[in-house]
Amino acid sequence: MTSIVIVTAGLSDPSSTRLLADLLAAATARSLPQADVRVVELRPLAHALTDHLLTGFATGDLVDALEAVAQADAVIAVTPVFSASYSGLFKTFFDVLEQGALDGTPVLIAATAGTARHSLVLEHALRPLFSYLHAVVVPTGVFAATEDFAGDTLHGRVERAAGELAALVNARPATARLDQFDRDVVAMGSFEDLLNG
Amino acid sequence: MEYGIFTVGDVTTDPTTGRTPSEYERIKNTVALALKAEEIGLDVFATGEHHNAPFAAPANPPVLLAHIAAKTERIKLSTATTLITTNDPVRIAEDYAYLQHLAEGRMDLMLGRGNTGPVYPWFGRDIRDGISLAIENYALLHRLWREEDVDWEGKHRTPLQGFTSTPRPLDGTPPFVWHGSIRSPEIAEQAAYYGDGFFSNHIFWPAEHTARMIALYRTRFEHYGHGTAADAVVGLGGQVYLARNSQDAVKEFRPYFDQAPVYGHGPSLEEFTSATPLTVGSVAEAVEKTLGFKEYAGDYNRQLFLVDHAGLPLDTVLKQMDLLGEVVAELRRHGSPEALAVSTGSTTVG
Repeated sequence: MTSIVIVTAGLSDPSSTRLLADLLAAATARSLPQADVRVVELRPLAHALTDHLLTGFATGDLVDALEAVAQADAVIAVTPVFSASYSGLFKTFFDVLEQGALDGTPVLIAATAGTARHSLVLEHALRPLFSYLHAVVVPTGVFAATEDFAGDTLHGRVERAAGELAALVNARPATARLDQFDRDVVAMGSFEDLLNG
Repeated sequence: MEYGIFTVGDVTTDPTTGRTPSEYERIKNTVALALKAEEIGLDVFATGEHHNAPFAAPANPPVLLAHIAAKTERIKLSTATTLITTNDPVRIAEDYAYLQHLAEGRMDLMLGRGNTGPVYPWFGRDIRDGISLAIENYALLHRLWREEDVDWEGKHRTPLQGFTSTPRPLDGTPPFVWHGSIRSPEIAEQAAYYGDGFFSNHIFWPAEHTARMIALYRTRFEHYGHGTAADAVVGLGGQVYLARNSQDAVKEFRPYFDQAPVYGHGPSLEEFTSATPLTVGSVAEAVEKTLGFKEYAGDYNRQLFLVDHAGLPLDTVLKQMDLLGEVVAELRRHGSPEALAVSTGSTTVG
């Protein structure tokens, strides 16, 4: 089963970030009807994320959330804009995600803000972050200012981005995902390799 | 099965009094701790090696251990850990062989890579070479204790020609070596390759990760022909704060926990004890939690407890040791052949 995980960092309830996440989820489900779509809200994980920064390991529901993202066939990442960038909570989640977890994973980036003047946040903050994490970032990112939720162009961009994400998922062979420990073991090679440096 | 304590000699302000021990006090307290460990019948005392504040752990553990050897009769002296990365393996070979003679063989050592990057350049090293240093330096150390007239050439130190380290190991038997690592499979592989011990100081980590490291070590130990996976020599860390009843233990330890250098200001004491091997509670609770380690480590060979960190004053730590003695007595009872026969439901024929 194809697994799509939506990571959303909205803080309020109702949250326009969650609203955008839901629009993207619905559009993706239409494009990939066989997919299992799961939403990971970061707000309830905020304490566990801070603990992870301090202790180096995940606890409680965060274990499951990190595992779901690492095993996902595609990720939709949605953040509110805080001080001209992604929110700290959003970044913390991807800071504690194990190395290599998004290698080659198609990722759709999206952001919300009170004003359209932040729209390039997708290009100067989110896209470089996910490129660094070796994800395959969907060409169309979706930015929604408050006014966009009342306009008639957001829907088209959501459909287009979801379609591009679906195309990447369909083009990608399904392979078993190794976690960090298994990747480390594979990368280690034989002890003779280690001895020979 | 061996039981003992390990210390990293941190000089930490007692958060309940604001008092910070001097280095002199901390060092003398460490000796007192070792003597107490022998008094209550523990098998092992192990010291860390650090070169950075807040640690007054010896920069050269054999100095401390030789001193303790002279003041004790039974207890085995060890390290947790000796830095295989930043020490010259020639010095390790000679210092620990010398200790082995002074201690009448009552010693072994655990190799580790250290706790922080800045230490490496103090000794002319680079943390990016950490694994490579651990592998190469030990390959040399292993030969120095087993061969004379050693010719050697590696990446990390000057070549040796016809070198014989002195003194030779006592009775020609090299000290037993453990390799300690929390998360590097290379070190589990190294321990397996040589048929040495593997120690997982899992006290700040969830069990699932530790289980995989130990399983890797056991599988590879068998692969390299040193025996079955069950024969592999495994050691585990542990951390306890004990009182006659749980509520007192929690009440007494919470201020230390909340300010502790490693996990303070993060998860609550309750969250941390449920996720890691830390026990804050009664003797019975510590026994139960420690017995649970077998579920993911299998039957193992050495259990070391941390009891003296986070600014706990000496008198508190010595009282902790008395309670730890009760924990260990109970653990030994559970591990005895009679207890195993009862727990597996088998009957003794005789």
